[in-house]
Amino acid sequence: MRSIISVLLENESGALARVVGLFAQRGYNIESLTVSPTNDLTLSRMTITTEVDCPATLEQMMKQLHKLVDVLRVSELTEGSHVERELMLLKVRTPNSDIREEIKRNADIYRGQIVDITPNLYTIQLTGACSKLDAFLKTIAETSEIVEVVRSGVCGIARGEKALRG
Amino acid sequence: MEMLSGAEMVVRSLEDEGIEHIFGYPGGSVLDIYDAIFKTDKIEHYLVRHEQAAVHMADAYSRVTGKVGVVLVTAGPGATNCITGIATAYMDSIPLVVLSGQVPTNWIGDDAFQETDMIGVSRPVVKHSFLCRTAEEIPIAIKKAFYLASTGRPGPVVIDLPKDIQSPLHKFPYEYPKTVNLRSYNPTLSGHKGQIKRALTALLAAKKPVLYVGGGSVIANASKQILALAEKLNLPVTNTLMGLGAFPGEHKQNVGMLGMHGSYEANLTMHNADLIFAAGARFDDRVTNNVDKFCPNAKIMQIDIDPTSISKNIHVDLPIVGSVEIVLQQMLDLLDETKVTNDSESINAWWDEINEWRAKDCFAYETSDTHIKPQQVIECLYKVTKGDAIVTSDVGQHQMFAANYYPFKEPRQWINSGGLGTMGFGLPAAIGCKIAFPDRPVVCVTGDGSIQMNIQELSTCMQYNIPVVILLLNNRSLGMVKQWQKMFYGGRQSHSYMDSVPDFVKLSEAYNHIGIKVDTIDQLEPALERAFELKDRVVFIDVAIDPEEHVYPMQIKFGSMNEMYLSKTEKTDA
Repeated sequence: MRSIISVLLENESGALARVVGLFAQRGYNIESLTVSPTNDLTLSRMTITTEVDCPATLEQMMKQLHKLVDVLRVSELTEGSHVERELMLLKVRTPNSDIREEIKRNADIYRGQIVDITPNLYTIQLTGACSKLDAFLKTIAETSEIVEVVRSGVCGIARGEKALRG
Repeated sequence: MEMLSGAEMVVRSLEDEGIEHIFGYPGGSVLDIYDAIFKTDKIEHYLVRHEQAAVHMADAYSRVTGKVGVVLVTAGPGATNCITGIATAYMDSIPLVVLSGQVPTNWIGDDAFQETDMIGVSRPVVKHSFLCRTAEEIPIAIKKAFYLASTGRPGPVVIDLPKDIQSPLHKFPYEYPKTVNLRSYNPTLSGHKGQIKRALTALLAAKKPVLYVGGGSVIANASKQILALAEKLNLPVTNTLMGLGAFPGEHKQNVGMLGMHGSYEANLTMHNADLIFAAGARFDDRVTNNVDKFCPNAKIMQIDIDPTSISKNIHVDLPIVGSVEIVLQQMLDLLDETKVTNDSESINAWWDEINEWRAKDCFAYETSDTHIKPQQVIECLYKVTKGDAIVTSDVGQHQMFAANYYPFKEPRQWINSGGLGTMGFGLPAAIGCKIAFPDRPVVCVTGDGSIQMNIQELSTCMQYNIPVVILLLNNRSLGMVKQWQKMFYGGRQSHSYMDSVPDFVKLSEAYNHIGIKVDTIDQLEPALERAFELKDRVVFIDVAIDPEEHVYPMQIKFGSMNEMYLSKTEKTDA
């Protein structure tokens, strides 16, 4: 089962390494990880997506995260209503005008933006849930050659009043 | 305000923390700190012969006193040599502060001489770590380190100190913080009242309860509460290897150690229980045997200060997060208030069952005319020391014999590496204990494999005149490995035999200690008597034991708790 774990932790050197080390050391997998300081610059917010075999593993994972001295709060997002977004940048080959038009059309349908062009390449920016980005990649692959893909990993937040604060 | 250099701040902070003894080894990156140590008369520093031993000494010093152990080593090899010691302390939740030197800050990352990323190397085996980048950070880092090491679930904390920030040329205002506050770290000490009430109700309703006591009870100093609860409700008590002594070894309600080499009655009591109440014990694989077959009829309750220890290996029906001492006291108070008790009839019936298992006398062994049995050695040690010695041990058969044949009266009397199983722990541990309690008898029970892993510390004993007794159960083999090879590998003794065991008597004498060789049973007791009478000398007793002896009972792999080999020829009927 796929889980999204939000972690609020001290914005200190070594804190990220402790989290990553914990996952490696306990045999947990990380599908994606994003981290950046919050509006309070002494804190960092991390979103980890992971695949776990059972709820007990997830529970243990969250407890282990919470045990790290640098960690203030841990919460699982998929349990409740939430918003998740990922940013993708991709570079595609555009050898002729038909392909250029088709790619532009697809980008519009997916509400992507073309952020850079060369005579032979489009660079497209797209945000959304992972499944949307996957679907877009599949569509583009049918039209042209994908030269490069970079994805940010998931950022997530709970809907409504629920908040992860220091 | 007083002006101090970084190095002076390190030493002064330790003084202000009330530290009296530290263990270490100097080197290039910590010379300024050693110079500051030279000038203090408040801290006694013990120079070891290998940094691993320094950590074991500080670790045992902590185990035996309950205080935080302190280690000081240099960068690079000095620091990496500590890792086994740190991991040992981490696995057994022992509070340590390890101060390691580091190359100057502007050299970090350049592969400088004796540079190692100590923070990185130690990360998986520390509770937390600090890299100080300025001298001003030192007092607060040390304050935080002691706070983190000693509170919650204790553990080792590393402080990495680059050489440039120690410099005596630069002085900074010094003040040792009185308090420390970490917003991300708030261990839970008191138990949830509702959970405690539910736990007590379940405990009182149980017909076949057992109290399963682990190392967390020793750390939390919960012995008084355990004894009170056990006696009030007439509960059978089993101790883990780490919990030995938390409940008196010879108490009639003690059914012995449980687990892989636990007693027949302890393992059967667990297996047949309808309620298991774990106090500071973590359902380790050496206890549970096959988790899928673990205690099929038992409801499980657990007190642990560390939430990750709850429902990690075994699902817990009724968890209570908190300090064992505080939670049990809350429970006892509630018990006094409500004035209810359990049904003595069903408890008596339960004891009848347990007493039948006891009658099996699972620790009985055959004596021999030609060989000294290891069990005899431990029994003799118990007799000579009247059960009052602090016993440290290494890892292997001798450890299990000591655990099962020396009933420990009190907590912090049995000092061993239970979690990591570190050979080489015993001798430095004995030294740490003797430094903490110079007037108490301290004995290291060891094997010929283990003792050779840190035997250089005989030199430390010589330098500081630390009169420990070393009791070597010498079977000229790696006994536990050999036992497994005999039992599960067709008897193929692959590299478990020592072809060249040294003459330990001569070796001891080379260090100006007393060595005694014991070859026959009649030599044993006089040798031990002499060893404990000589209060100012290290005595090394090398006992030639039966090399073919195995440790029993032994749980049958992949089985449930009640499935055991009872001797070379007998096992439980499954």
